This record gives sequence, C-alpha cells and structure tokens, in this order.
Amino acid sequence: MWTVTLRNLLARKIRLALSAFAIVLGVAFVAGSFIFTDSLGNAFDGIVGGTTADVEIIPKGAGEVDQFGIDARTIPASVVDDLRKLPGAAKVSGTAQVQGVYVIGKDGKLVGGNGPPGLALNYGGMTSINGDPILTLADGALPTGPGQVALDVAAADKAGYLVGDQVTLVTPGDPPTMKAELVGLVNFGSEGGLVGATLTIFDEQWIQDLFFEGRDVYTSISMTTADGVSQTELRDAARTVVPAGVEVSTGDDFAAKTKQGIAKILGFINTFLLVFAAVAMVVGTFLIVNTFGILVAQRSRELALLRALGASRRQVNRSVLAEAFVVGLLGSTIGIGLGYVLAIGLKALFGVIGLDLGAAGMELQLRTVVVSYVVGVVVTMLAAYLPARRAGRVPPIEAMNEHAAVPESSLRRRLLTGGGLVVAGVALMGVGFTQDGNTSLSLIGAGMLAILVGVSLAAAVIGRPVISGLGAVYRRTSGTVGVLATENSLRNPRRTAATASALMVGLTLVTLMSILGQSAKASTDKAIEESLTAELVVSNATGQFFSPAYAREIRQVDGVASVLPIRVANAKLGDSTAYLEATDPRALGSAIRLPVIAGALGSLTDDTVLIRESTASSRHLAVGDQVTLTFPAGPRKFTIAGIYPSAGGAINNDFLMTLGGLTKSGIQPQDSLLFITKDPGASEATVRAAIDKILADNPTVTLKNQREFADEQKGLIDTFLYIIYALLGLAVVIAVLGITNTLALSVIERTREIGLLRAVGMGRRQLRSMIRLESTAIAVLGALLGVALGIVFGVVLQRAIAEQGIDVLAIPWVRLAVFVVLAAGIGVLAAVFPARRAARLDVLKAITTE
Amino acid sequence: MPATTASVPSEVRPGRRPAARAVGITRTYGAGSALVTALDNVSVDFLAGEFTAVMGPSGSGKSTLMHCMAALDAPTSGHVVLGDVTLDGLDDKALTKLRRDKVGFVFQAYNLVPTLTAQENVELPMSIAGRRAEPSWFDTVISAVGLGDRLKHRPTELSGGQQQRVAAGRALLSRPEVVFADEPTGNLDSSAGAEILRFLRRSVDEFGQTIVMVTHDPVAAAYTDRVVFLADGRIVDEMRDPTSQRVLEKMSQLSEHPPAQPAPPVPTPED
Ligand SMILES: Nc1ncnc2c1ncn2[C@@H]1O[C@H](COP(=O)(O)OP(=O)(O)OP(=O)(O)O)[C@@H](O)[C@H]1O
Ligand SMILES: [Mg+2]
Repeated sequence: MWTVTLRNLLARKIRLALSAFAIVLGVAFVAGSFIFTDSLGNAFDGIVGGTTADVEIIPKGAGEVDQFGIDARTIPASVVDDLRKLPGAAKVSGTAQVQGVYVIGKDGKLVGGNGPPGLALNYGGMTSINGDPILTLADGALPTGPGQVALDVAAADKAGYLVGDQVTLVTPGDPPTMKAELVGLVNFGSEGGLVGATLTIFDEQWIQDLFFEGRDVYTSISMTTADGVSQTELRDAARTVVPAGVEVSTGDDFAAKTKQGIAKILGFINTFLLVFAAVAMVVGTFLIVNTFGILVAQRSRELALLRALGASRRQVNRSVLAEAFVVGLLGSTIGIGLGYVLAIGLKALFGVIGLDLGAAGMELQLRTVVVSYVVGVVVTMLAAYLPARRAGRVPPIEAMNEHAAVPESSLRRRLLTGGGLVVAGVALMGVGFTQDGNTSLSLIGAGMLAILVGVSLAAAVIGRPVISGLGAVYRRTSGTVGVLATENSLRNPRRTAATASALMVGLTLVTLMSILGQSAKASTDKAIEESLTAELVVSNATGQFFSPAYAREIRQVDGVASVLPIRVANAKLGDSTAYLEATDPRALGSAIRLPVIAGALGSLTDDTVLIRESTASSRHLAVGDQVTLTFPAGPRKFTIAGIYPSAGGAINNDFLMTLGGLTKSGIQPQDSLLFITKDPGASEATVRAAIDKILADNPTVTLKNQREFADEQKGLIDTFLYIIYALLGLAVVIAVLGITNTLALSVIERTREIGLLRAVGMGRRQLRSMIRLESTAIAVLGALLGVALGIVFGVVLQRAIAEQGIDVLAIPWVRLAVFVVLAAGIGVLAAVFPARRAARLDVLKAITTE
Repeated sequence: MPATTASVPSEVRPGRRPAARAVGITRTYGAGSALVTALDNVSVDFLAGEFTAVMGPSGSGKSTLMHCMAALDAPTSGHVVLGDVTLDGLDDKALTKLRRDKVGFVFQAYNLVPTLTAQENVELPMSIAGRRAEPSWFDTVISAVGLGDRLKHRPTELSGGQQQRVAAGRALLSRPEVVFADEPTGNLDSSAGAEILRFLRRSVDEFGQTIVMVTHDPVAAAYTDRVVFLADGRIVDEMRDPTSQRVLEKMSQLSEHPPAQPAPPVPTPED
C-alpha cells in the first residue's frame, strides 16, 4: 500500500501542490505569529536584561508593565547615601526617570511616539546583570547641566540631529515643549535596540528641577554587587536600610518579573495573531476536505480496483490518510519557512509604525516548529478523514463500473445536520442574551460558530437557488456558455458548497467587523453630538498623555469660558482591571451632558466615584456602596456617589472620579483630552488661533472642533478595521486558492467533456469565460452567504455590546455591496489558472482521454 | 439488404464535388526508433452527398484519418480540404469555427454534455455560435432521430442508443459540410445500431448530407455507398455499393495478408 500511496502522490504533483498550499498558508500564519512574538519577546528581554542592575529598588508595586497612568511616587535621594554605606555594594546610583518625553525631529515630526515610550532619565553609569554597561557614550559628552541633553543614537538618527544641534522635546511637565542643546549620543547596551523607545539623557539636577519640583528624589535606585557578594546578599542588606513602601529585589528577580509582564502583553499580540491563524486554518480545512474529496472521487475506480485486488477497507482508508500525512508534513515544512518570511514582513511593518526591533534576529524556537507541524499535520489528516472513510467504502464491484462513484452522504442528512446546528446556534445566542459580560459573549460566540458550521453544511442545498438565480442572469448575458457554467456549478453541490463556504467564513468575519466598525463610528458621532457641548477639543492623535500645562495656558486665552481636562488610568478592582476617567465635576456641565441616573454629580468628591450602569450591574454595586480600587501606590476606598448611563455619552469608562481623587491615588497628573467651551460672544477663529499658537511646538497634541474630533476618533476605528481586514485577507486568499483548486481539479476531471465542447466548436475564449463564470458563481455564492451571515452576526453582536458604548447599529450597505462585487472579481481571478489550463488542452487528446 | 436497395451508385450522380479531401497526408507520432506512422501518404476524396465507410484492422489509422479530416488533428505533411477551405496553417480560432460550422461529430461514446438536456445537446454547436436552427429544420431532425418525447431528458436518463441518436441529431442540425462518425454503433446492440445507421442513411438520401463513418462492422458498412479500406496507414482498397458479405471477405483477406507494398492512390470518380 505504501508504494501505491507514494506513486499517487508523485503522479498528482499539481493537485498535491494545490492542496498543500492551504496548509502552507495556514501554518505560515501560525509559525509567523510565534516567530514574530518570540522575536519581539527577545528584543524586550534584551532590553530588560540590559537595563537591570544587580539589585533594583523601586516604590512598592511600581513597575507594573500594564499600568496605564503614571505612578507619581519617588524615593528620597538620602536612601542612596544609606545604601552606599553597605559593604556589599560596589556602586549605587539613583535614577530619576520620566515617561512621555519625546523628540521632535528636524522635520517637525515626533520620533517614535506611536506606542513605544519616550524615556527621559539621568545618566547613572551602571552595569547591567548582563555584565555590559547599560549606556555607553558614542559621541560628544554627557549633559552636565541645564539646557543640555544626550540622545540615543537611533533616535538622533531618525530625528536628523547631530551633536551641537538644538533639540526640541515634548514633555509631560511644564513647559510642555522645550529646547535643549544636544551634547552627546549614547548607545544602549543591548543588541536588540530599544524597540522604538527613545532615550533622552538629562543632567540629574536638571531633570529633578524640571519634573520633580526640584526635590532630590529618584524613581528607582540601582546597585551593583561588590566582588564575592551575591545579588541576594546585597538585596537582604539593602532591605535593612530602605524606608517603608520601598521594594528591593535582586536583578534576576526584577528582570524575570518585568519579562513576565511583557510576556503577558506579547501574549495578547500572539493570541490576536493566532486567532487569525485559526481562521485561516479553518478555511484551509474546507479546502483540504474538498481537495481530498475530489481526489477520492476521481480515484474511486482505482480504489475499487485495489479493493477488488484484495486491499481491505482499512488499507484503502489508511492509504488516503497516509497521503494526507505526507501533504500535511510537506505543507507544514514550507509553511514554517514562509512563516519566517511573514515574521520578517511583520517586523518591517511594525518598524514602519514605530516599533523598531532593531537588529534583533528572528527567533525560531523548537516550540514553534512542533506546534506548526502538529497543527499542519493534524488539520490535514482530520480534514482528509471523512473523504478517506468514504474511500474505504467504495465497493470493489465499482472497479468494473464505468461511472464509478464514491458513496456520498445524502444532501438530506447534511441539510438536517446543518439545520440542527443553526437551531442550536440560535438557541445559544438566545441564552447568551440573558447572561451578561463574558459569559454572554462566549455563548453568543459559540452560537455563531454553530451557525457558521451549520450553514456551511447546508450550503449545498441553500446555495442551489442562489446559483440558479445567477444562472438566469448568465443565460441572458452569456447564452449557452452561461448555461453550461451554471450547470457545472450545480452538478456537484457539495463541492461548490464547500468551496463557497471557505469564502463565506472570511466574508462573514469581514462583514461582522465592518458592521461593528460602522456602528462604533455611528455611536461615536452620536455620543459626540448628543453629549458634547464644548465647541473645541484638544487631543493627542497617538493616544499619549500630555502636559497639564496646556490646560492652564488655554484657560488664559481670551474668549475661552472653560477648559475641562479628562484623565484616564486603570486600577485593579478585585482580580480584574477597571478603567477610570477623571475630570473636574464643577466644570463638567459646561462641556458635557452627563445624565446621571442615580445619585448626583454634585456629590462627586475626591473620595467618591460615579459608576457606569453596566459596570454597576455586573459588579452588583449601587449608590452608597464602597469600592476598593488598587493603584500601584496601594488600595483606596471610594463611595459610589452616582450612576451614569452605559452608552451614548462622552464618559464611557467603568468609573468617573475627580482629578484630585486620581492624584491622591498616586497617579501623575497628565491629561488625555481637553474639552474647551468658548464665551458665547467670542469668535471661534480667534480662539482657535490663540490655542493653536500654544500647541504649535507639539505636533501630536492638536486642537479640533467637534466634527474634526469625531473624525479623529473614527479614524482610529478605521485604522483598526483595516488591520483586521488585512489579517482576514489571508483567509480570503486561501478561499480564493480553494476556488482555483476546485476548478483546476474539475477541469482535470472534465477533460473529456471539455474536449467534446471544443470539438463541437467552442472557442478558447468561450471556454475560458465558461470557467470564469463558474468560478464567479462560486465566489458570489460564498460572498452572499458570508455577507448575509455577517449581517446577522453583526446585528446580534452590536446588540450584545450596546452597553459598552456601541449603541447605534449602522450597516455599511455600500461597503457590503462592494464586498460582493469584489468577490465576483475574486472569482474571475481564481479562474485565471484553471481557465488557461482548460483552454490549452489539446482538443484531440482531451477527447480521447480515458 | 437495406443498404443496397436504398443507395444509388455514385457513378450515376455526375458532377459530384468532394466535400472533404485528403491530399497525400502523413501523420507520424514520436521520433527515432519510437516513430509510428499512423497515416502514410493518404489521399482520398469524400464526395458530397455520399455515405462513406472507413474500415481496416485495429491500429490501421482510421481514427487518425478521421481526426485529421475533422480539424481535430493536423497531419505531419499533406493537405486537408474541407468544402472550399484548405486547413493548412489555420489557427485555433479558425479551426474551431470550422469545426463548429462545417463539421459534425458522432463519437463512439461520451458524446454528450451531461449537464445539458437532449435538446440543449442537439443545439449545442449552434448555440455556441450564437445561432438558432430554423424551427422547421429542428423539427425535421428531431423527428428523424425519433427523440420528440425525450428532449427534456439529461443524458444519464437516456439509453445508449438514445444518446447516440442525440449525438447524431447534434451532428446534423447545423447542416455541416461533413459528418464524421467514429464507430458510432460500437457500443450499441444490433437493433439500436441499426436505428442509428438507418438514420444516417436517411440523412444522406433525404437531406443530401455527406457522412464518413469508421466501423468494424460489415453489416454497418453495408449501409454505405462506398467503403475505403485502410491497412498500416495506407488506403489499400475501396468498394462501391458494399454488401456485408463482400466487406467481410475483404476484411478477412486484409487481416490474413497484410499488403507488403503501398497501394496506389485510390481513384475517385473525379480523377
Ligand atoms: N497519440 C498517439 N501517440 C502515439 N501513437 C499513436 C497515437 N495515436 C495513435 N497512435 C498510433 O497510430 C496508429 C493508428 O492509430 P488509430 O487510432 O488511428 O487506429 P484505428 O485504426 O483507429 O484503430 P482502432 O480500430 O483500434 O480504433 C496506431 O498504431 C496507434 O498506436
Ligand atoms: Mg479508432
């Protein structure tokens, strides 16, 4: 049997290549996701290792990687003096570090900025646990006083600055932008680069003057051990010296903890990418099931002959599975290679948006290889299992039969199973709506999955009227060629359905995301229109915080009636994260309409919070209850003073508190938004001009009116949507390959018929157009099913998450119509190769093939 | 014998033009030691309005000749003329058009497109060309092949004989210059075969159709006006107004004594 299997594989190189292709793409996505996140992890690990000294001292609870809102706590400089007295300490150095210091390039654009941090710190001259100096001077000198800075080489390079230039910086403090002389360039110790982060080195005294109100304090203290002293010994010694509320850890522990935190974030990226890999694999599965189904059908006579010659059912069955195994193995191998390329592509892409992985090499871990092979081979074999079982059931007598046919499951049974799944899915969704939070979403998600599978099973039956409808159009436009194309797509309903289903899955998700995106945009419009009374908004396009100095300066502008700052942060509520907004309750009414449902806005003080309705109900909290929010600096108790509606407002986080409440919780005062209301008589143009002048030096913080603000918000949604489209695009590519594959196999199968058609006078162009029309029919069927399901899912999901701020349903009909038209185009594209193959067939050979 | 009574000797039909001619065609396959000469300098005319049988032992080149004549294959050397068109150097587009408009086919099996109904199959070459048959001619052909009540059926719902009749109807509908039939009765039992043959005969007599048919069956050959015998890629003999008896004798003689020498070109009435 093995020789037969091998012969088969070799004899069907093209078919093999086509079916392996689905695996290649799916595995490439899986491998690429892992390779990319591993490399990212490596780069970060390099940074962590390269910045951590033997013993690290920070305020207790600081240094959480996923903290949003900056910890304002510091350690007095006197602690450094105490630590220096320890005999085990070779070197002790305090670092005063500030986040949110960005370099403005010579071109006036922000360097990095779109995610990676902009760090400012004093030079400590420390050595890392890797044994290298954390920073080395590459050029010029270190800053020795006010007005001087050094930059990391990469940042200076991107910004276009040379030593001696005047550098413009954006800061989170006061003043919000400043100029300094570039006196030197530093190199960062780790070879992985800084992952896009920028380093600005200040003189110690100056950084404390600028950002720490001149206090002699540090945000962290690093120590190196003396010869013969271990990290643990020095840590234990240091613990006896430091004041309460300060935490001492060995460099190894500190690095491990930081890496863990980073790994958690990277895990999200990995999961996010793997979700799309899974979608690609699912679509690939359709392809493989179909390909093997067709191969088995085409080989039924040969299989029957094997059976007649004495091969057992299991042997035949296994020979097909063995074929699948080899295909899976081959596909996975190539897939891993392609994944490597994909990861490099992702790296380049992230480089473009500012996350520079530097020289960090691509990391191919054994785990990646194993997972890729397991996924590739298992999926292929699973997908081939049903066709293989069918192959085993070919009765030996079929060998004598001219039109040997593999027994297929009846369409009726498929329709029943599919229908059952759809009903079950609808029921799951129904139950989902009675639950809340994650349970609700999981149930709805499971329901969607059941419906998706159900519809793809039933597609063989429900697709028929669609194809027939298209057929009527084809008949009118293309005559006999159209009739033939229609009949061809109808002759093998399962095959057509499976091929179309692959596209359906992709388009369902694309449609779903489009509807959610459109709804989110409509909801944004509504929220801004209905609840925002302020005429102007200052926001940061990159989502970074900005200096509160802006709010103060804008308040001085003639014609400005009020400025309402909004700050955001997160805190732990129990085991989960709660998102907070802070603002000034007295100025709130002038800028925002906030219809408080229970309690009163007036009772919001530094020790109380307002809670969002949906959070209140899922956490079972009511007005008057106490909640404990845990910040890096520690837990703080708040009394719930009121409840605001979940959707449709400008305030949409879990909790709303006062600016003072947030500062008292240990979060640095930094603004995310300013809502500006002007005096009724003031000219908007004049006010805008005055504010623009204040913001002139900072390219990211800009002033806009309500419409521009809405556009900015919607632009973010669009960006996200385009990323999703790009990732789902892969599933669509696989589906297109599926159509190509099915058609190519059909062409092989129908060689004789094509020969006949050509013999009785069908031209090459007509033949090509016949195959194109068939392909288009499959693609349009898939697109219509996908768009229809996507609309249903989109509506359901929008309803389910209406409470989370997407309370307006908007269906982008034009866009959906474009999808269907594009799908038809995809059909034309998918047909290119099979059509060319068919047209090139030698008429005589075709007509005389066996 | 229906054939002898129904046919009219070609000599008494003066001025017949050839509907299809082969002029010294040779067709070889392969090269070097594997060279196979399927047709060896064959010249033959098929007269308009005549029913010609091509016979010969298996492998003698009958199908090859047929394919070359029908614009499905190109001879290695020599010329093929269909009606007033010489096939030399025509591109695929022109050949396709020629097949569509000037040639009709009946193969031994797999004649029909399985997804189309009998009627659609009959109309296929014309509908591909974007034309419609005259309704009266369509009715004539359909009633001649006796398919009136089967028009809406798909090939799988038809018997082998019915399928061949559909194919024959298709071949005739566009009134081609020549209908080529390669063993059209090869897969049929004798009564179904006879039906096809009677139909072909009728279309020659009543509609003036030119038909060339490859057959192994002396009884089938007896329906024709003329038999051309092939052996080893050469025309070795021909017979006018054949009877099955004479054909049978000739065939057994051919298979016992394969000719050692090339036969002289077959004289045609016009030569
Ligand atoms: N494609 C091909 N490649 C190589 N040789 C071929 C090819 N087609 C035909 N031949 C050879 O040409 C010769 C004539 O073949 P052809 O099919 O014309 O014979 P035939 O008279 O139709 O035989 P039969 O009665 O068995 O159908 C044979 O020897 C055959 O092997
Ligand atoms: Mg033959």
